[in-house]
Amino acid sequence: MLGKLSWAAIPFNEPIPMAASLMIIVGVLGVLGLISWKGWWPYLWREWLTSVDHKRIGVMYLLLALVLLLRGFIDAIMMRSQLAIAAGGAQGYLPPEHYDQIFSAHGTIMIFFMAMPFMVGLMNFVVPLQLGVRDVAFPVLNSISFWLTATGALLVNVSLVVGEFARTGWLAYPPLSELQFSPGVGVDYYLWALQISGIGTLLAGINMVTTILKLRAPGMTYMRMPVFCWTALCSSMLIVAAFPVLTATFGMLLLDRYVGMHFFTNDGGGNFMMYINLIWIWGHPEVYILVLPAFGVFSEVIATFSGKQLFGYRSMVLATLAICVLSFMVWLHHFFTMGAGADVNAVFGIMSMIIAIPTGVKLFNWLFTLYRGRIRFEVPVLWAIGFMVTFAIGGMTGVLQAVPPADFVLHNSLFLVAHFHNVIIGAVVFGAMAGYYYWFPKAFGFTLDRRLGMVSFWCWLIGFYLAFMPLYVLGLLGMTRRMQHYADVSWQPYLIVAEVGAIVILCGIVATIAQLIVSIRTRERRRDRSGDPWNGRTLEWSTTSPPPAYNFAVMPQVQSLDAFWVIKQRGPVAPPARYDSIEVPKNSPNGFVTAFFAVITGFALIWHIWWMAILGLACAALTLFAFGWMERPETRISGEQLATAERARLQSMDPAP
Amino acid sequence: MLVVVVPVIALTLAFAWWYRASNKRAAYRPDWSYSGRIELVVWSIPVMVVILLAAVAWTGSHDLDPAHKIKADAKPIRIEVVSLDWKWLFIYPDLQIATVNQLVVPTGVPLEFMLTSANVMNAFFVPQLGSQIYTMPGMRTHLNLLAERAGDYPGFSSNFSGDGFSDMRFLVRAIPASEFSSWHERTASEAPALDTDAYSQLARASSNTQTQTYRSVDPDLFDRIVETSAPHAAPLQEN
Repeated sequence: MLGKLSWAAIPFNEPIPMAASLMIIVGVLGVLGLISWKGWWPYLWREWLTSVDHKRIGVMYLLLALVLLLRGFIDAIMMRSQLAIAAGGAQGYLPPEHYDQIFSAHGTIMIFFMAMPFMVGLMNFVVPLQLGVRDVAFPVLNSISFWLTATGALLVNVSLVVGEFARTGWLAYPPLSELQFSPGVGVDYYLWALQISGIGTLLAGINMVTTILKLRAPGMTYMRMPVFCWTALCSSMLIVAAFPVLTATFGMLLLDRYVGMHFFTNDGGGNFMMYINLIWIWGHPEVYILVLPAFGVFSEVIATFSGKQLFGYRSMVLATLAICVLSFMVWLHHFFTMGAGADVNAVFGIMSMIIAIPTGVKLFNWLFTLYRGRIRFEVPVLWAIGFMVTFAIGGMTGVLQAVPPADFVLHNSLFLVAHFHNVIIGAVVFGAMAGYYYWFPKAFGFTLDRRLGMVSFWCWLIGFYLAFMPLYVLGLLGMTRRMQHYADVSWQPYLIVAEVGAIVILCGIVATIAQLIVSIRTRERRRDRSGDPWNGRTLEWSTTSPPPAYNFAVMPQVQSLDAFWVIKQRGPVAPPARYDSIEVPKNSPNGFVTAFFAVITGFALIWHIWWMAILGLACAALTLFAFGWMERPETRISGEQLATAERARLQSMDPAP
Repeated sequence: MLVVVVPVIALTLAFAWWYRASNKRAAYRPDWSYSGRIELVVWSIPVMVVILLAAVAWTGSHDLDPAHKIKADAKPIRIEVVSLDWKWLFIYPDLQIATVNQLVVPTGVPLEFMLTSANVMNAFFVPQLGSQIYTMPGMRTHLNLLAERAGDYPGFSSNFSGDGFSDMRFLVRAIPASEFSSWHERTASEAPALDTDAYSQLARASSNTQTQTYRSVDPDLFDRIVETSAPHAAPLQEN
């Protein structure tokens, strides 16, 4: 009746997972209780859960990312604490079966449920506004994408309370992840969570590509698009090309585990090297899926706060496209030590280095955007400059490892771990934080606290260097990754410094949370009535903060790059004499309800509760069809209504400072 | 690479400082966004660095390929490596001896490794001797090393393989050739035999295994381990 599920799935006898489970349950019940007590359900349902507005969905993606950042960071600090003490004969406080779950969960969560939602959320919020349009191409699909991503995040966290998570690392290499060596439900949690959220990500990518290709304001030619839109386009094209590979790969592993097939098993004709190739054919583009939008954020931030056009726009676009194509040609550098032979290794090593060319050009272009600018040191610029310095180091260690003989001694060492944290924190997280601070006033109509933003930046920057520079050294000393304890006590001082670094980063995260709370409490003082708090250059700053549901009452006419900057140079624009009626999409519970059934289906499949899986899948399909065939998914706003609303809105708006 | 990276970092900080909004002496050119000469330079710097590094990568990949045999006067010694859960078995097929978690090698003699795994993937790595290489079930990988100086070198698995992974360490004892031959004679006469029972005992999952030595090792043992987990097509069942 309940498949493999029994009371034994709940780890009553293990204090650490039990405490974590309790914390989560109390937290979730607390939030739900507060919402019920305050009577917020109707508001939440109407304005957020069923919203198909790209701005609301973007905000929900960001909220998901911030919450999962906390979860992933708790994993990180637990690992650092374990390694700070488990030297010599000491075993630390986490046994291997628990430690292995933590590093697997940390990687999975940080990539799939922190970095991805952060970037997809920023794209969702910003791209339609920058393009000067009213929504994405498929608003309901957008909501479905978000809720499927949330489903995956939920399933990963359920594994903390019921059952276990994978103990196989964040990419679950077979044969270790095959049924023979991982008989528990951990790998199944991993696979189903990522299969469901992967569908969401793929749909989000399709949506974004279609939006950028088909919906742009009149006059917005490709070479007038803001760089962030270009990076969003390239990132989304990579999603469309790469995520099906991931789904197919996981699909094959699932067939191995569930119906006894032999794609990647040791026997019966399986070959796990195929999995490792396939997963990295997705995995390397994935790195660029994450980092390209971050590059876009920095391009916007550096140009805006230098009060200058971006240097070498064409170069920047060309470099982005080059990275997009090249990212599919380098996957083998993740396993030079598989013994492919000198020619293959050399070709992939050189291909990997070639990616450094467009990336290096980008760095120079940002540098020359600063040159002869008038730089205002607001928080986003600090993140951008911190990024340029940190990323230069991370890029260098990356190119170093692209040399196969160097990789033969550095592969899987903490040098590698330090390198990819250097680029993922230094570029993706810094970019996410810069974008968060930069666009927050646009989303909510008030700015974030500057002082706490500074505190957060300095803590992250210093904490990053403290936490990861020792790891470079340890890698050179020969310490390999994923060790639960180590014999060489001379490594311990470095790992203690790394632990201190993690604590400093924690202070940065606490400052970010405090910043949000303080800013909300003092929001009346920090209202942005101009819609343009940073003296921006692109169209999102031409509408109010927050923008109305339809973004722009009249479609902006784009005549050049940096469209809004040029409009501002020409002086104030008189409001139009009359407004045309517009249509905005109606709310739809489709995404939320489908995801609800997806949770049930995923959980049932993980625990082999077949009747429930079939029921959940049938209900999810039924929901999709039922809502998909519903007529009139749009509301019409007449010209008169729009004129009244616009008058009120423009009156509340102050001119830019 | 430092030649490029250090100036970039220095210029970033210098530009950010000099062109701060409060510096009234700094030039401000809001519409300056293109310079053909600068574009040429910023594309050619990384291109030149990469051309240089590509040459290094190409020659390095070939000279230091793990399968590339090392030339030396001494006759090479063949060693077969099997990663087990969670220990290392080293077979000397020509000497018909084997060791566990301890690899004894003569100095100055090229070591020709052939590696596989009995279950999941691991990686054989002795940092002080050179490159690492994956050990994979059903497959053979090749590695060539040479210990120039006598000494003890720590080795370990550098690819995560499950709960006992952290203790998957071994020691390489590099000793002069004369000592090696006496060690070999002693092992071949005194150590227990590695028969089927002893191997299946060894193949059971365990961690923190003591070092061991074995004599009269079946020279086909390595091939049999590769075959049992080889990704060959399953034979057709006839009934």
